[in-house]
Amino acid sequence: MAKLTSNSKSMSVDTKQQPGRRDFIVVATYAMGAVGAAAAAWPLIDQMNPAADTLALASTEVDVSKISEGQAITVTWRGKPVFIRHRTPDEIARANAIDGSELPDPQEDEARVQRPELLVVVGVCTHLGCVPLGQKTGDVKGEYDGWFCPCHGSHYDTSGRIRKGPAPTNLEVPPYSFLSDNVIRIG
Amino acid sequence: MSAAKFSNPVVRWIDHRLPVFTMLDHTANEYPTPKNLNYMWNFGSLAGLSLVIMIVTGIVLAMSYTAHVDYAFESVERIMRDVNHGWLIRYIHMNTASFFFIVVYLHIFRGLYYGSYKAPRELLWILGVVIFLLMMATAFMGYVLPWGQMSFWGATVITNLFSAIPLVGESIVTFLWGGFSVDNPTLNRFFSLHYLMPFLIAGVVILHIVALHRFGSNNPIGIDTKGKQDTISFHPYYTIKDIVGVAMFLLLLSVAVFFFPNAMGHPDNYIPANPMQTPAHIVPEWYFLPFYAILRAVPDKLGGVLLMFGAIAILFILPWLDRSPVRSARFRPVFRIFFWLLFIDAIALGYLGGKPAEGIYVTLSRIATAWYFLHFLVILPMLSVFESTKPLPKSISEPVLATTVAAE
Repeated sequence: MAKLTSNSKSMSVDTKQQPGRRDFIVVATYAMGAVGAAAAAWPLIDQMNPAADTLALASTEVDVSKISEGQAITVTWRGKPVFIRHRTPDEIARANAIDGSELPDPQEDEARVQRPELLVVVGVCTHLGCVPLGQKTGDVKGEYDGWFCPCHGSHYDTSGRIRKGPAPTNLEVPPYSFLSDNVIRIG
Repeated sequence: MSAAKFSNPVVRWIDHRLPVFTMLDHTANEYPTPKNLNYMWNFGSLAGLSLVIMIVTGIVLAMSYTAHVDYAFESVERIMRDVNHGWLIRYIHMNTASFFFIVVYLHIFRGLYYGSYKAPRELLWILGVVIFLLMMATAFMGYVLPWGQMSFWGATVITNLFSAIPLVGESIVTFLWGGFSVDNPTLNRFFSLHYLMPFLIAGVVILHIVALHRFGSNNPIGIDTKGKQDTISFHPYYTIKDIVGVAMFLLLLSVAVFFFPNAMGHPDNYIPANPMQTPAHIVPEWYFLPFYAILRAVPDKLGGVLLMFGAIAILFILPWLDRSPVRSARFRPVFRIFFWLLFIDAIALGYLGGKPAEGIYVTLSRIATAWYFLHFLVILPMLSVFESTKPLPKSISEPVLATTVAAE
């Protein structure tokens, strides 16, 4: 023990005289330890992200031919409601009546639809994630005749754009494509 | 540290090798406590009792609970109807959660009134705020587990708060959910964390007590103890006083459990979760209402989230906002007025948080929110400078013995 102590003492004296090499080893060891700890922690953290089967359920196919004019349906995509509304000419006209650049989240109606009569939006309020009302006949549709979120009072227009209330952005338009004239695939 | 003071030879044998009895003796018998503590000092032990009740009933509930979106709601109903004494255990768990918050809020306001956060007890106070935060997280996740409508939409709204963070917000929310909405992975991890966090709280409670025992309890006069004449041993004097509080606490808890078990809950949570339909009026549990009111008072999403978290974060720096050397509000006449205004403000925020976010309620929420921050950021630092405090007694014994208060 005594020998070891005297050794380490002389080593510490050495270190003082040649700081570069010892310090490098110490710092490199700490750095290696930190990298190792981070690498070990990563699987434990990343397991919380969506799993493969969750990601596999990421698309939904819908037959839109059965939605009559003025009607809206709600389908499920990634566990969230998606609103599909067959808009009336009047609703389309109202959505286009305002200059999109003047809105809180500036966007033209044309940029939000592939066919003007068919509006597809994720039915989740962009404020804190409630499902806005306005899908069913008799629902409160808000001041702009689109949707109204009962949680914190956001009003959306007939293009699903935020017009009034705390929501920061328009209702999200999910990626979708027409598989045929009648069927769309969301996701 | 000699083990000789124990008469029981078995205790002496153990204590010589593992000094647990010396530790217990030190915390109970030798621990000097100011002799003038009033009943406001009961809430620490009551909070500890609440934590124990929550852990015991929670462990038992977990034996019959199923953390799966298809079974969670029914497993809770099964606990209520079929499991032996299940209704009792669940109602105790539910109501003690509310009582835990009542006790902790009183404990916090006690600290605010008597200046218990001031030097040298800053870390003690900060550890307490950490416990408070952990409690809020635990309570929030526990409320999600029955998978009723309020569970689901509460989880949705609260996790969505993180989407307000610029750039990475959406990724964080997906990470928290383990999917693209609140779903089975979310429920599973909430159950896991809800089980873990009470034990983290227990760990921080130990640190809280270690920090407390460093300088001992503050007291209603707020001056340091000057020696043996100012203190009495914790046991039996304060153990007996704490037991009086425990009796009152258990009596009131029993009234809630047996007569009004759902008074502090929300009926919508007895409707199974439906991801396609939001209830018309969603509110968090009552103990979150003041913070919910602050969230809604701000018309901007990120701003609302920041202020809500800021309302708690501000407590961390409180010891440095209030620089007045006098601890107790008894000797701070102006501070005392503002303390009660803050108390009323907090109650008002709680009331407003439960009201719909429209009309006059929004305006009042904004005023109350502004006052909350004004109190901590402007009034307290200014009082530290401008307030003329009353003369402090020379010692704890002095006013007790009714001698003349010396003007200093």
